[in-house]
Amino acid sequence: MALNRKIAYIDLGSQTIALEPVPMDWRRKYIGGRGLDAYLLFANTPGGCDPLGPDNVVIISAGLLGGMLASSGSRTHIAAKSPLTNLYGSASMGGFFAPEMRWAGIDHFVIRGKANRPVYIYVHDGEVEIRDADHVWGAGVYDTQAMIRKELGDEETQILCIGPAGENRVRYASVISGRKDAGARSGMGAVLGSKNLKAVACRGTMEIQISNPEEALEYNKEAIDQVIASKASQNMQRWGTNFMFGITNTTGLVRTRNFQYNQLPNSEELEAENLDQHSVGMDACFGCQVHCRHRYVIKEGAHAGAYSLGPDFTSLGAFGAEVGCRSMDTVLLGNHLVNDYGIDTLEIGSMIGWAMELYEKGIITDEDTHGLKLEWGNDAVVIELIKQVAFRKGLGNILAEGPLRAAEKFGPESLKHVIHVKGMSNSHTDERAAPALALSVAVSSRGSDHLRGMPAIDLYNLPLEVLDRIYRRPDGYNGPLTSNFGEYEGKPRMVMWQELCYMAVESLGICKYHTVFLSPNHPAFREFSRLVQLNTGLEFSEMDLWDCANRSYTVERLFNLREGMTRADDWLPDRYFDEPTRLGLPGVRGKCIDRDRFKAMLDEYYRLHEWDESGTPTPELLRRLDISKL
Amino acid sequence: MGKKIMVVDPEKCTGCRNCELVCSVKHNGVSSPSLARIHIVKWDNPSPYIPMRCQHCEDAPCMAVCPREAIFRNEELDSVSINHDRCIGCKMCVSACPFGAMGWNPKRGRVFKCDLCHGEPQCVRFCDTKAVDYVETSRLGADRMREAAENYAELTRRYGR
Repeated sequence: MALNRKIAYIDLGSQTIALEPVPMDWRRKYIGGRGLDAYLLFANTPGGCDPLGPDNVVIISAGLLGGMLASSGSRTHIAAKSPLTNLYGSASMGGFFAPEMRWAGIDHFVIRGKANRPVYIYVHDGEVEIRDADHVWGAGVYDTQAMIRKELGDEETQILCIGPAGENRVRYASVISGRKDAGARSGMGAVLGSKNLKAVACRGTMEIQISNPEEALEYNKEAIDQVIASKASQNMQRWGTNFMFGITNTTGLVRTRNFQYNQLPNSEELEAENLDQHSVGMDACFGCQVHCRHRYVIKEGAHAGAYSLGPDFTSLGAFGAEVGCRSMDTVLLGNHLVNDYGIDTLEIGSMIGWAMELYEKGIITDEDTHGLKLEWGNDAVVIELIKQVAFRKGLGNILAEGPLRAAEKFGPESLKHVIHVKGMSNSHTDERAAPALALSVAVSSRGSDHLRGMPAIDLYNLPLEVLDRIYRRPDGYNGPLTSNFGEYEGKPRMVMWQELCYMAVESLGICKYHTVFLSPNHPAFREFSRLVQLNTGLEFSEMDLWDCANRSYTVERLFNLREGMTRADDWLPDRYFDEPTRLGLPGVRGKCIDRDRFKAMLDEYYRLHEWDESGTPTPELLRRLDISKL
Repeated sequence: MGKKIMVVDPEKCTGCRNCELVCSVKHNGVSSPSLARIHIVKWDNPSPYIPMRCQHCEDAPCMAVCPREAIFRNEELDSVSINHDRCIGCKMCVSACPFGAMGWNPKRGRVFKCDLCHGEPQCVRFCDTKAVDYVETSRLGADRMREAAENYAELTRRYGR
């Protein structure tokens, strides 16, 4: 059954492996996946540890409904102290790794220490071993997986690995499974690299018992139909997240040229329809009927013939608007390279955009760039910098350190142009006209991010009845809510609700596209409660799930506070407040965030979380959530 | 109503393997692709993903090789079916199947393969793109024919006859 999966505690230094059950008490409190990872990371790392040292722990997990009937139980979560932010590091990826982990008998890997030579971990039907990885060290992500599969003699093996960027400890290196499933944010790949851990391979034939198979099958069909009935899903089925580029760019919500603009004019080539000529078909993660990824082959140039998956909206930003490029070929090539090298597409796009602005303003010169002309829209330079970062060559060696450490090298003037929160770069979206979205970016527990608590549906200006139906459940919130995305009032609740909703789905191992993210009509706590019950037999009411998510989110907060974060870190770069947007439609043009009203939103957000004005969880909250001992 | 057969369209398959999941839940009450009667064969290159399962052959090698006539033609479903009461578990059918579609479940001591879910294949029901489909024989190729004809019709609309 689903509840007999193990936690594999692995020490790479002493080469010891211990398999332990997941105590029922932990299930009831943290569910699994990202939720339980928060507790495991807090409990297994000493405060102040070096993120790239042996004391840091990397946790790889499947959610409670991974591999089960849950519309898409595909997600793998990776947690460690982040080498980018020195705070809570967390990344989630789709694909097939999490289900295979569970068929192999494992729900969480807790990996500490450092191997004295390159290794990979192999799990097969409950047997865990540490194997030599000398022969794959240095290989790209695609080749690494192919070589390990060949060595193990089983094409069905699912592998999570790092590429050259992780080996070279690029501070925003990703872990990747398949061609594009990326646990990319916050530098988890660098943590694996620091441990000499090249990959984790899983293969299993162990059954996961479904508690009530007949009803679970029927209810799963209902949940799937609920998801694919939405316009958002139908657009995703056709074009992936790229469908958002045209509309958000026209509106003026796309971060452009390192936040100098909020729109890239004349960028029709980057619109989703132009992917059709490159696509050879769509691709899905485990069980998912949204299938949001294109499969494509690079047609021309040095990388002709390379096969990859994607791109996503984020890559259109990273290798398009952010760096002023207008070429779909550049986006496709950049996306392929970051996948094969194992780099976070978002972070590197921001780093290049930032460097280009510094170059434009003369803060860095040809001497710093080793002669590279960092001009906006220079496609060749973007591709070159991806390679330089992965292999830490030239300017890439500095950019590989992430925004704050690189700014130390380039001087204080450069720091003013970094668009970051907590040391992690912002997404390629512009939230100056949307206070709710801006707040979600500022308070995210893993540093700047759009996937932590963003109420994306706020942009739809939904009627209040719809907002009431979503944001007042399950705890009966009776404060204000507002429809207009330009408002400040009522928005902290939307952010806090989304944070707990995303925490719940990531604890269950379900993809965010199957909950209230891009559509207001997707499943949320009520549906999750029923899915858990039918799949596992565990009774979690809507309120139970809410409390678990709240507990886990609070533990992430406690981790960050332990590592030295303060209220000042829940804040946005000055540009959000001081430079109004220059482009876009009325309602978006000429907007920036009001400092005082933003501060009031932050106060309200803390109050809703039951954190004091410094952002510290109150003792009453900790007692109620039964985590006072942490 | 006419007879139906299972067809696959690899061009439509997204490789999600939901069919494997629902098949193993339907037949075994568990999530376990190794017990599923359908399997998506995938490649680490641009080749299409191919759904593979029992073809319900007209001249079925599994049926021919069975020493106990435990495998028979089910006239109602026009399928190849197994009579487990007659089966001795010799696994000759496992060896004989050219598609690898006959499985062996060591726990139950039984061979297994697609039984069309007695006329309501769950893989088809759950496949949104209908990369696996269960269609009346009279409708075979109808969609592709219409799609191909659409091209001709479009040209005519645009440029005249």
